[in-house]
Amino acid sequence: MSLLQVQDLSVTFQTPAGPVEAVRGVSFTLDRERLGIVGESGSGKTMTGRSVLRLVRPPGRIEATRLAFDGVDLLAASERQMRALRGQRIAMVMQDPKFSLNPVMQVGRQLTEGLRLRDRMSEREAHAKAEAALDAVQIRDVARVMEAYPHELSGGMGQRVMIAMMLIPEPDLLIADEPTSALDVTVQAEVLAILDALVRERGMGLIFISHDLALVSRFCDRVLVMYRGRVVEELAARDLGAARHPYTQGLLGCLPRIGGPRGPLPGLDRDAAWAEA
Amino acid sequence: MALIEIENLDVTFTAKGQRVQAVRGVSLAVEPREAYGLVGESGSGKSTILRALCGLAPVTAGAIRLAGEPVNPGRDRGRAFARRVQMVFQDPYASLHPRHTVDRTLSEPLAVHGIGGRERRVLAALADVGLEPSFRFRYPHQLSGGQRQRVAVARALMLEPEILLLDEPTSALDASVQAEVLNLLSRLRAERGLTFLMVSHDLAVIDHMCDRLTVMQDGRTVEVLAREDLAAGRFRQPYTRSLFAASSSVPTVGA
Repeated sequence: MSLLQVQDLSVTFQTPAGPVEAVRGVSFTLDRERLGIVGESGSGKTMTGRSVLRLVRPPGRIEATRLAFDGVDLLAASERQMRALRGQRIAMVMQDPKFSLNPVMQVGRQLTEGLRLRDRMSEREAHAKAEAALDAVQIRDVARVMEAYPHELSGGMGQRVMIAMMLIPEPDLLIADEPTSALDVTVQAEVLAILDALVRERGMGLIFISHDLALVSRFCDRVLVMYRGRVVEELAARDLGAARHPYTQGLLGCLPRIGGPRGPLPGLDRDAAWAEA
Repeated sequence: MALIEIENLDVTFTAKGQRVQAVRGVSLAVEPREAYGLVGESGSGKSTILRALCGLAPVTAGAIRLAGEPVNPGRDRGRAFARRVQMVFQDPYASLHPRHTVDRTLSEPLAVHGIGGRERRVLAALADVGLEPSFRFRYPHQLSGGQRQRVAVARALMLEPEILLLDEPTSALDASVQAEVLNLLSRLRAERGLTFLMVSHDLAVIDHMCDRLTVMQDGRTVEVLAREDLAAGRFRQPYTRSLFAASSSVPTVGA
């Protein structure tokens, strides 16, 4: 049985102007692999990721014929069961460390908070574990970072701190929402190597949400391409060049390339039919 | 003669009594009608160079010349400078006043410089960047990211400058919208004979837009390349190679 099963997932928001469907009939399964979800803003990729943790606020509503993690029916689970899963077994890394770390709490306190409160670990034990986690994400001056407030860290350091925090409980599934979009290419490569090692060595499942097709094709095993709430194409990442759907082809076509032609970049002529099932 | 000349520029910030040298001895020369790129990672000093040109960063050494004329090393550039040099910023969400309509945003430079024919010029500017006249009385929150960046470009062109400083103008946009904005900038440059100095972390974007580029790291010049060198992979520095490797693997459809 797959680690995660998603069948016919939809997320609907009731608005004064009528219901808005952010996600419509999305189905996929995930094993201990790297699954990429790509699409432009508004395509529903983030909402798909958040649905797995049931982190969609009202008036948003999640529906699915099946949404199961390791045999647990996520739609039937109580809020208490969900809290036990969140962070512990399914973790999420958000895009921007500036908004996801507590700005008035030192990094060390934030990293050890869960261990002290949830796992009732001693201060010293928690501290050692947090330091090991920072070490695992290639932070060199661990002692300084433990004492630092988030604003004293660069974007890349902040992102690594967030990843370290998510990895302390050793989750089985990590949902990473644009985890490297705020990072420079060389730092990005380091963060990806960390995620990659976790999938290979620990057998973690990874959902990698990104708008960056090139990045996803390099890094993931499989890719779902989303458009207006629907999955329009699913393919092996290495076959992205052989994409069949005009939207995927269009997305690839409008990127500038080094050494490419100098004329106008092809636009993306959206076909109303892409949004239909 | 070069239109923009920067010679041995140093920019030093002082924060909490600590001196941070953001730009160290950078020199470059941009010819009239040339598109020149600055690439590097965050903190490499590339945006600081644009800001120093506009008098928005503390220049501590070196010289900046426009068409041979030295610009005031202090902060105040004056109105004549604004008519020649304009800037487009990275984040159109932050660079447009949230409580000003598009009309007011575009009219303000005209009012400051005492230029008449406002209505006609605002409508022409909207048409130039591909926005319908109906956008004129919208607020920024009623626009998409790409539409906002078009407004920012229109604002920069209101005074008909000869130089546009572009600071990551498409990095906040989706791929298809990026293509539209890059096409818009290329068209305007060709039509108006503009000179671009453009900053990006994306080597492919710089390659598409620029004739020459400077690769920067830690406030210094790593190397200067012509577009042909980049396309052919002719670079001398390992740092350029690593940037190139990280940004040159877009799969080609049908390949």
